[in-house]
Amino acid sequence: MAESGGNPPASAAAAAAATRSFAQAAAAAEQEMPLRVVRVDGLVALKIIKHCKECMPALVTGQLLGLDIGSTLEVTNCFPFPNRGGEDDEDLDADGANYQLDMMRCLREVNVDNNTVGWYQSTYMGSFQTVELIETFLNYQESIKRCVCIIYDPLRSGQGVLSLKALKLTESFMEVYRAQNLTGEKLREKGINWTNIFEEIRVDVYNSSLVAALMTDVETDAYVTQCDFDRLGLSTSPFLETNMEFLIECMEDLSLEQQRIQYYQRSVGRQQAQQSAWLQRRRAENAARKAAGEEPLPEEDPNNPIFKPIPEPSRLDGFLITNQISNYCGQITQFAGQSLGKVYLMDALKAEES
Amino acid sequence: MGDSSILQLPSGPTALTAKIHPVVLFNICDSFIRRNEGQERVIGTLLGSYGGDGSLEIKNSYSVPHNESSDQVAVDIDFHRNMFDLHQRVNPKEVIVGWYSTGEGVSGSDALIQDFYGREVGNPVHLTIDTSFKSEKRAGILKAYVASTLSLGERQLAAQFQEIQLDLRMIEAERMGFEVLKKTAVDHLPNDLEGLEVSMQRLLGMVEDVIKYVDTVVEGHVAPDNAIGRYLADTVAAIPRIGRDAFDKLFNDSVQDLLLVLYLASLTRSQLALAEKLNTATQPL
Repeated sequence: MAESGGNPPASAAAAAAATRSFAQAAAAAEQEMPLRVVRVDGLVALKIIKHCKECMPALVTGQLLGLDIGSTLEVTNCFPFPNRGGEDDEDLDADGANYQLDMMRCLREVNVDNNTVGWYQSTYMGSFQTVELIETFLNYQESIKRCVCIIYDPLRSGQGVLSLKALKLTESFMEVYRAQNLTGEKLREKGINWTNIFEEIRVDVYNSSLVAALMTDVETDAYVTQCDFDRLGLSTSPFLETNMEFLIECMEDLSLEQQRIQYYQRSVGRQQAQQSAWLQRRRAENAARKAAGEEPLPEEDPNNPIFKPIPEPSRLDGFLITNQISNYCGQITQFAGQSLGKVYLMDALKAEES
Repeated sequence: MGDSSILQLPSGPTALTAKIHPVVLFNICDSFIRRNEGQERVIGTLLGSYGGDGSLEIKNSYSVPHNESSDQVAVDIDFHRNMFDLHQRVNPKEVIVGWYSTGEGVSGSDALIQDFYGREVGNPVHLTIDTSFKSEKRAGILKAYVASTLSLGERQLAAQFQEIQLDLRMIEAERMGFEVLKKTAVDHLPNDLEGLEVSMQRLLGMVEDVIKYVDTVVEGHVAPDNAIGRYLADTVAAIPRIGRDAFDKLFNDSVQDLLLVLYLASLTRSQLALAEKLNTATQPL
């Protein structure tokens, strides 16, 4: 009895502890639940495609509106930014901000979610990893804690693949970038390399039941859609060629970048050799002075140019170029895999024929 | 004097055909879902461009707040103007071509709104979407009209709405895939190989259908149809005749090209991995 009498408070305490820890866990989870899924409305996807395709040779951007719920970011609407083509930059900036405010106000009036969750931009062959992208990310990050960038590639989508990607910067990289600690040692300390600058987030598509019903109703009866034609097209060379050209350009940039780092390493090595030579000379001199009964000279000389530290070049460019290259390689592999399939399909057709 | 007693009826069918882009449908549905409480329908402006051949492309839209009582309609004109200016800055080629409303068919107050849009553009198109899906037939859900006035002399008696042909331009939607657009939730976007597989299966299915059809015709179960026969002959003739040797050469060349490119890509990747290791391993200190 005593035992069982003693039990309830203990279990109650345990339960209380459990609830507290649950509440704590919930609070903690709310604070830093990682972003896992970007749920894009069908409307948004179509609007992005429309805007990017209409302005095709020019690269365009626009704003994403939506809600941030737990580990999903819902993108429920978007609007395009006007193309910048003028001369006066400051004027244009103010103009762009006004446009943005006006548009948001108008959209709020018709009950559209009035919360910026990021932006979208079009890209050419997936060449989007630039310093500007990182800067834009940090600008957005200042006002919105969680934001994504949706990247659409109209050219790749012409191959029958819907190329919508959602990206964000990794936390660790953001920290390092803000502190401008992009030197070799600091990056190694944080364990950052070129693969963990950007983080790709899964994209889901969501449609309201009304839209789904309407689309089912108006779906064309045709057996073949434009998408099938795009996918089964046998012409491969233009896409592969531009991809290879970009790859080669990137390789050249990368080798320049490597040379810069090597140059830095060589000069640091030379400086160290000079320093130790100087130190040895100074020590020998000091030993001689000691023997002569004089005061020894200090073992450091800040005025000597060989003790001036050489600034280390930033690794960022190299990282971004490496990212690009890896991106191109991925695209080439994917595309070549697809084309091989198609070539073998043709072969089978020919074998059937003869 | 004699003129005023003649009832002038609009003459002749309208040659106008409208093509509508899927993004407009999505936009209208979205604004309908987000309508104010108690509001029965939403209206909005349609943007697009006129083709040379009397066709009209409806490319974009935005909803406009309005208020409706028994015989009065108030449209927020300021909002409409502002929104149009904002859209113009992004795409100056898209102009006002008409307006839309949800609901079935044309209602009495539509004439007033049509009149308003008639001042914005010469011959506005009125698009209706039946969001309650009352009509059985597919054609009943989406309808487009133009209005013409019936007048007795100087006096306007009424507006007559005439239905015009409405085509769907679904290329963008097809590009994205109906599989993605007609479900309420899609877990992940199909990647390239999955997409290719689906397309190939569809192609295979079609070839099998054709073979089956030809077999039944040959066996005499189905009466031969010349039109279908010609289509099939055209399709077969569309495949270029290449000799076995030439084809083999072509085939091997493409395969070798692709393999070479693949090899190069993976070589580059391993180089990157190696460079990464070397860059972090070598230390100036």
